[in-house]
Amino acid sequence: MIALATEVLVIGGGTTGAGVAWDAALRGFDVILVERGDLAEGTSGRFHGLLHSGGRYVVKDPRAARECIAENRLLRRVAADCIEDCGGLFVTTPWDDPAYAEQFLAGCAAAGVDCDEIPVAQALREEPRLHPQISRAFRVPDAAIDVWKTVSALAEGARRSGARILTRHEVRALSGAGDTVTGALVHDLRRGEDVAIEARVTVNAAGAWAGQIAALAGIEGVHVRPGRGIMIAMNHRLVQQVVNRCQMPTDGDILVPIRTVSVIGTTDEHTENPDDHTVPPAEVDSMLDEGEKLVPGFRQARALRVWTGVRPLFQDGKVPALATRDLTRAHALLDHRQRDGVGGLITITGGKLTTFRLMAQQTVDLVCWMLSRMRPCATGSTPLPGSESGEHHRLGERLARKEATLRERQIVCECELVSRERLEAVLDETETTEIDDLRRRLRLGMGPCQGGFCSYRAAGIMHARGSLPVARADQALTDFLKERWKGIWPVLYGDQLRQMRFDEWVFHAVLDVEHLPADGGAS
Amino acid sequence: MRGSLRSDVVVIGAGSAGLTAAIRLAQAGAQVTVIAKGAGSTQLAPGWIDVAGYMPGERAPLASARRGIERLSARRPDHPYALIGVQAVSDALGWLLATVAAGPLSGYTYHGGLDVNMRLVTALGGLRPSACAPITFTAGEAAGLRRVAIVGVPALRDFHPRLCADNLRAAGIEASAHSVALDLRRADASALELARALDDTRARRAFAASLAAVVGSSDAVGLPAILGLREAPAVHSELQERLGRPVFEIPTLPPSVPGMRLYEILGHALRSAGGRLVLGAGVVSHERSGDLVTRIDTATAGSPSGYEAECYVLASGGFHSGALELDSRWQARETVLGLPLSGLPREGAPRFVHDYFDEQPFSRVGVAVDADLRSMGAQNVFVAGASLPGAVPWREGSGEGIALASGYRVAELVAAELGATPAPQSSGAAAPAEGVGPDERAG
Repeated sequence: MIALATEVLVIGGGTTGAGVAWDAALRGFDVILVERGDLAEGTSGRFHGLLHSGGRYVVKDPRAARECIAENRLLRRVAADCIEDCGGLFVTTPWDDPAYAEQFLAGCAAAGVDCDEIPVAQALREEPRLHPQISRAFRVPDAAIDVWKTVSALAEGARRSGARILTRHEVRALSGAGDTVTGALVHDLRRGEDVAIEARVTVNAAGAWAGQIAALAGIEGVHVRPGRGIMIAMNHRLVQQVVNRCQMPTDGDILVPIRTVSVIGTTDEHTENPDDHTVPPAEVDSMLDEGEKLVPGFRQARALRVWTGVRPLFQDGKVPALATRDLTRAHALLDHRQRDGVGGLITITGGKLTTFRLMAQQTVDLVCWMLSRMRPCATGSTPLPGSESGEHHRLGERLARKEATLRERQIVCECELVSRERLEAVLDETETTEIDDLRRRLRLGMGPCQGGFCSYRAAGIMHARGSLPVARADQALTDFLKERWKGIWPVLYGDQLRQMRFDEWVFHAVLDVEHLPADGGAS
Repeated sequence: MRGSLRSDVVVIGAGSAGLTAAIRLAQAGAQVTVIAKGAGSTQLAPGWIDVAGYMPGERAPLASARRGIERLSARRPDHPYALIGVQAVSDALGWLLATVAAGPLSGYTYHGGLDVNMRLVTALGGLRPSACAPITFTAGEAAGLRRVAIVGVPALRDFHPRLCADNLRAAGIEASAHSVALDLRRADASALELARALDDTRARRAFAASLAAVVGSSDAVGLPAILGLREAPAVHSELQERLGRPVFEIPTLPPSVPGMRLYEILGHALRSAGGRLVLGAGVVSHERSGDLVTRIDTATAGSPSGYEAECYVLASGGFHSGALELDSRWQARETVLGLPLSGLPREGAPRFVHDYFDEQPFSRVGVAVDADLRSMGAQNVFVAGASLPGAVPWREGSGEGIALASGYRVAELVAAELGATPAPQSSGAAAPAEGVGPDERAG
C-alpha cells in the first residue's frame, strides 16, 4: 500500500476534473487527480467538438446560453490552440418551424449571443453542400474545440503548477473520519497496487459516474441521469463552419467540422448505465436521415466511425422525472456538508464542455471557502500550455509543419501525420501500453484507414523500446482492433467497408494477427 | 455506330484470378482482352500462395492444403473449392510454378504444393501456413529455422524486427533482432524504393557487408521483402553467398515487392500469349440480349470504349476492390454488371457482429454462381476470384488459392463454351514472340 497526502483530491480526468485540477494548482493548492481510465476517455472524449456560442440554448435554457457565450469568449484566449475558429450558422431548413427563427433572434439578443442574419445566397456560397432550400441563415460565434488537446493541456498546466495526475487509478472507496471524507483508497490498475490518498477536500468530478462516487460516501440522491447520445464522424469536412438547425434542440441537428472530419450529433436517450455504449441501428439510420436534411447526399458520404457519449445531467431527487433533453444543461455544485451533513466532499456535475472552466472556478472557490484560504481564480487570464501565442489552430498548419521536416522525421500515421518522434515523446511521458491512448493523444489511427497501417507500426515501436513483453505488444494490437471495430461496424457501408476489407486483408492475410505464437498459438 | 473492340473473351479484372483465366484462354488460342479499373491486388499481396491454412473457428493451422480443401468443401457446399475441386487447384498450382519458372525474372521460381503447408514468417512473427512461395521466401520455413537473425531497415516503417523476432521466440525459434541502415537520405523509404535500390550491384554489396557485421552466428537471416525488384534472384543469391547462410524475405505491409514481381510475371505471360490488357478502364454500362451480356462500355478516352465478346469473365474482386458495394440502407450490389449476389444475411439479420474476431455474417457475400462458376444472372458470364461467394479467404488463408484455381477452372469452362481446348501446362513458355507488346493504358 502506497500512501499519498494532498490538499485537494480530484476524482475524474475529463474536462471538468482536469479543469478543477488546473484551477486549484494555479491557485497554489497541492493537487492529486485520479482517473480510472485515460484522460478524456469518458464523456469528454465522446463528444462532437462544438464550442457553443450559446445559440443552441437561447430559447430553451437562457442561463446556459449566457454561460456559454461568456466562456466561449474567454476560452478563445486561454485555450486558443485547442480551438479552430470556424464560426457557425443556424439555418432554417424546410423541416424547421419558420416561427422559431424570431424566438431565436430575440433569445440571442437577450442572452448576449452575437447573431447576424446573412442572406441565404451568401450562406450557400460559404457552404455549398447545405440544403438549397434553407430559408434563413444566422451567423453565430460557434467554434470547434479539440477535446483531447484541451484535456492534455489542462493536465500539463496543472502538472507545471505541481499537481500529480494519476491515470488508470480507480477509486475503490472513500475514506472517512466521523462524518467527514478524508480522501480515497484507489487502485493503480497498471501496477496492481492500492494507493491510499489523504486529502483535505475531495472533489467528485466523475461526470456521469458522480452518483456512484457519492454513493461510496453513503450519500444518496445525487441523481446523475446519464443521457446517451450517438455521434458519427464523416470522413470529410462536409461543411467548413458549424451548422445548426434553427429549431428547438433535437436529434441530429448539429454538424461540426473538426480537424479533417465532420461530426453529426446527436441523439439523447435515457440510460441507467453510464458505461452503456450501445449504438442502436435505428438511431444511426435516423441520424443519417437528419444529415440528409442539412447536406443532401449525406448517405453517400463516407462515414468513419460512430460513438456514444453519456451526458451527466443532474437531476434533484425531489423533481419528477423529465425527458433527458429537458433537463438543464447548467451544472450543479454540491457541498455535501450543507446538503447531506458529510464534510470534505464536493460534487461538481452536469454542465457541458463549453462551461468546464466556469464549473472549475466555482468548484475551487468552494474549496477555498472550505479550507478558509481565499485565493483568486487565475484560469480566466492564464493561457494553457501551447496556447501562449493566442493563435487558433488552423486546419493546414500541421501539414505545413510536417512538410518542412518530411525528410528528417519518420511518419508513423500518414492519415493524421503523426511522426515517430512525437509518438516516442508520448510513450516517454505516459508509459502507456495501449494504442487507444495514443489515438486520444496523437490522433494516431483516427483517419480514413482507422489504424490499418499505423497500429502495426505503433505496436512495433512500443515493443522495440524494450519494456513491453511481446505478448503485451501483441495484445495492444489486438485490443486496438477489437476496440476500433466497436465504433466501425454500426456504420460500415460504402467506401469505409471497402477500407475495412482491405485492413482485414492486411491484418489477417499479411500479418496473420489471429495466430500469433506469443498469444498461445505456438506451433 | 459506336466503336467497339471484339474479342472471344473479355476478362474484367487484372488480379491473379483474371490474369490466370486470361493467360490460359489466350494460350488456348482465344482472343482475350483484359479490362481493369486498376492494377488489381496482386501488387499488394504478400507473394506467397495461401491455399488452405486454417479451418474457421480452429486455432491450429492445417498441415496440408489438400486436406484443407477437402474439409472446407465438405463443410460448405457453397465454398469455391467445393465448385472448383481439388484437381483444378493442383493443376493451377503446377501451372503457376511453370509460368513463373518460364517468366522474365530468370532464376525466380515458386516452390511448394498441396501436400505440405509451409509455415512462413510474417512481419509480426506469426507463421503463416502457405502452400507455395517464391524461392526468396522458402528458407524462412519454420520447420527449418533454428537460430535466425531478423534484420530490419530503420527507414522502413512497415517492418519491426524486434516484434517479429520476439514472437518467433515465443514459437520456440531462437531469433534475434537487428537493424541495418540502407540509406536513401530520407526518414521514410518504401519497400519498393528499397528494392529498387538493391537492384543496383554496388548498393547490394554494401548492404551485404553491413549485414555480415550484425548477423553473428545465426544459421539463417530474415529480411523484409525488399530484395530487389527486377534483380531479385541475383540479390537473393548474392546475399546468401556473401553471408554464407540461407536468407529469406518476410512480406511487409502493402504495397508488396514480391506481389509486384508476380504481377510482372503474369502480365508478361499474358502478352506472350497474345492477350491484351487495358488498364484504367472502369465498366460504366453494359448491354444484354436475353440472358446474355452482349457488350460492355468503359469510361475511357482515346481507345475503344466498347467491348464485345462471346463470353465474359468477371474477376473484379469483392468489397475491398469496389466490385461489390453496400449502401447506407444495407443494400448490396455487384457494381460492374449488376449480377445477383448470394451469401447475404437475411433481411433484418445482423450484417456484422460486435466482436471483431468473430466471423462476420457479411463476409461470405459474393456473386451467385452455378456449379460451373456461371453467374446466375447472365448465361455467358463466368465468375472467378474474390468475387465468388462462400469463403472467408483471409481468415482461412485461401485467397490466392481460390483466385488461381478459379481463374484456371473458369478458363477450362469458357474454352469448352467457345469450342477451344486449353493448352497443356508446359506451353506457358512457348508463346509466339510477336504477341509481345506494351500494355495498353486507357484514359
